[in-house]
Amino acid sequence: MHEKLTQILASYSGQRGALVPVLQKVQEALGYLPAEAISEIALFLRLSESEVYGVATFYAQFRFERQGEHSVRVCQGTACHVRGSRRILEAVQRELGIQPGETSEDYKFSLERVACFGSCALAPVMVVDKTVYGRMSITKARKTLDEYR
Amino acid sequence: MTFGEIHKQAILEWEALQNSEKPRIFVGTATCGRAAGAMAVLEAIDKELSRRNIDAIITQVGCIGLCYAEPLVDIIKANRPRICYGGVSPEIIPQLIEDYIISDNPRPDMALGTIGEYSIDGLPKLFELPMLRPQVRISLRNCGLIDPEDIKQYVANGGYSGLAKALRMSPEEVIEEIKKSGLRGRGGAGFPTGQKWEFCRRSPGKEKYLICNADEGDPGAFMDRSLLESDPHAVLEGMLIGAYAIGATQGYIYCRAEYPLAIERLKMALKQMAEYRLLGDNMLGSGFSFQIEMKEGAGAFVCGEETALMMSIEGKRGMPRSRPPFPAVSGLWGKPTNINNVETWANVSAILQRGGDWYASFGTEKSKGTKTFALAGKIVRTGLIEVPMGISLGDIIYEIGGGIVGGKRFKSVLTGGPSGGCLPASMLDLPVDYESLTQAGSIMGSGGMVVADEDTCMVDLARYFLSFTQAESCGKCVPCRVGTRHMLNILERITQGEGQSRDIERLERLAQVVKSTALCGLGQTAPNPVLTTIRYFRDEYETHINERRCPALACTALISYYILPDKCEGCGICLRDCPVSAISGGKRMVHVIDQSQCTKCGTCLDVCPDRFSAVVKVSGGTLTVPTEPTPVTKSKGDNRASA
Repeated sequence: MHEKLTQILASYSGQRGALVPVLQKVQEALGYLPAEAISEIALFLRLSESEVYGVATFYAQFRFERQGEHSVRVCQGTACHVRGSRRILEAVQRELGIQPGETSEDYKFSLERVACFGSCALAPVMVVDKTVYGRMSITKARKTLDEYR
Repeated sequence: MTFGEIHKQAILEWEALQNSEKPRIFVGTATCGRAAGAMAVLEAIDKELSRRNIDAIITQVGCIGLCYAEPLVDIIKANRPRICYGGVSPEIIPQLIEDYIISDNPRPDMALGTIGEYSIDGLPKLFELPMLRPQVRISLRNCGLIDPEDIKQYVANGGYSGLAKALRMSPEEVIEEIKKSGLRGRGGAGFPTGQKWEFCRRSPGKEKYLICNADEGDPGAFMDRSLLESDPHAVLEGMLIGAYAIGATQGYIYCRAEYPLAIERLKMALKQMAEYRLLGDNMLGSGFSFQIEMKEGAGAFVCGEETALMMSIEGKRGMPRSRPPFPAVSGLWGKPTNINNVETWANVSAILQRGGDWYASFGTEKSKGTKTFALAGKIVRTGLIEVPMGISLGDIIYEIGGGIVGGKRFKSVLTGGPSGGCLPASMLDLPVDYESLTQAGSIMGSGGMVVADEDTCMVDLARYFLSFTQAESCGKCVPCRVGTRHMLNILERITQGEGQSRDIERLERLAQVVKSTALCGLGQTAPNPVLTTIRYFRDEYETHINERRCPALACTALISYYILPDKCEGCGICLRDCPVSAISGGKRMVHVIDQSQCTKCGTCLDVCPDRFSAVVKVSGGTLTVPTEPTPVTKSKGDNRASA
């Protein structure tokens, strides 16, 4: 991990406003932001760890625990809400046995609720990893998840 | 290369493409197309063409806005107009290629229409369809038509001629031109763009910044995503023009991380601009230098607010600050900064290309030009549209959008997202312009338009919006942090059937306080959905509070599901699908829902076959049905006979 971090950090040397992009890059490489990474980032950017945590916890994107192999995100935007996304989310919760913000015990899936991917015309929408699935129903959501098991 | 040379080369290539003898196939692969399965369609096309050894040109285009008909595929054969096919699946690709490309049968049954000058008998013109005819496409001018990943296609269609023109004018003249166009900020607030630029230009200081706000956080809005994915250069050209007018040296695009394709296309576009010296030092030999950097948001709705956005670019928590000083005086890194939204920039490039007077010829007296809207919710034709200001809400929903899904009754249209309001049927004649929408208690907003029908509960919708703004409140000021929380608590208890007699008045009072005292736009507008739903749908609040009933049958705590004994034939589908095993029954037995087990997910209602329609949803009171399964008394098929 240390080597990966050094490599990422080096490209931001002397750049102002680098904290958010650094956190993004580190999370991309490690899947989440472990405590050791936060310490190293703080040291490199000459910030206190609490400052780094302050910024990282402000934004919804950052994770502080190991994530599942697949990220399942169920959209709860307005168009999705009006088209019944709450029921889709409930079905996915039942199917995976986890609540939003949690990761399954086998580290296969992490579940999140997100407000809007901007694919509102195809609401309700679910996103698994980087693939957007539109026009969801409870049955379609179950079938989609099966493809990733 | 001079711009003249770039332009000449782009035109030559474009014309060669138009005159190509090879068939050309276009697949709409913006995010919405992909969500509907466009990548599988693309793959099927590739496979079929190589199987048949057909030499064709395949182009991935953005979104023309007919999202309801995704995935979309267009085909051009030599000397024929472009035909747009909707609802294409990978399975029908071999047949379509066989029929049209090989046998010359344009398959009118699958075609939506033709694009371009010429027509084909039996096919409508695409832009004459009800969804497209009322539209005036200025910022969306190229969307779905050109390859967003090829700068030359943009240039061949008039692109960067606005910049070339601006560079021949003085910065003051450019600002005058924008003022003449009457353009107002399309992010929602509607501040006159020319005036904003002038403030920033006049601010002392050599170092100035320019920002494109692409942090489209309103749930239910996707105008910016679609535009950036479909025609990034239209936005970037606008930024260059703005930078020249203001005297900015460095630009930023702040785009939300939830839009990976938009970010990818922007990065590609920036690279191509640099290759053509449309970015960097001494742009097109004019002496003007400008750089643009991409910044990805990290998931915070409040960062759409300009001062919060700048904090975020600086690598801090994205919390807004009070104004003044305005960004034009002290913005990013304390320097004069001008910030406009994606759609505004795309209009700027069109205005310089075609003139301020031309732009001002569209729209109303105070709201000039056009506005894009993302149509979603319970509407037949969902999609992205651009209409002249002043068009009525009714025309948008019924003429363009085709009315309500399933013939249901229209209840409300939500404009402006969580900052906007819910307008009722009586407001359908309202013209869409900044002033009229504000007067009605809503706002123009960035262009999200979500339609609700009779099955949507307006109290629940207000609760939904508040839960969103409450979760996104940055917590800096008390009215927003505590006020929205308290409003949400009240809305939650109302939707759970625990509303108190003076709750409506409490909500109104709190709303007024939050509106007038919150620090930034997020808090100041958060009460709008609550206030408009109380103003236009007060009876729904009263029914929830006084009768403990949800008239739309939407609030989970206030509804129950029952199986009607005179309709159920004991088919067992609901029993099989009930996720919590709350249904008991057996072959030829009337099924029964155990109310204490039921989580009210509604699966039984969904899966009960239409010919039985045995499951009902009720609110307020209970139905008297057997508590244990009883034998089916009616003879099999009774329902079919009566239906």
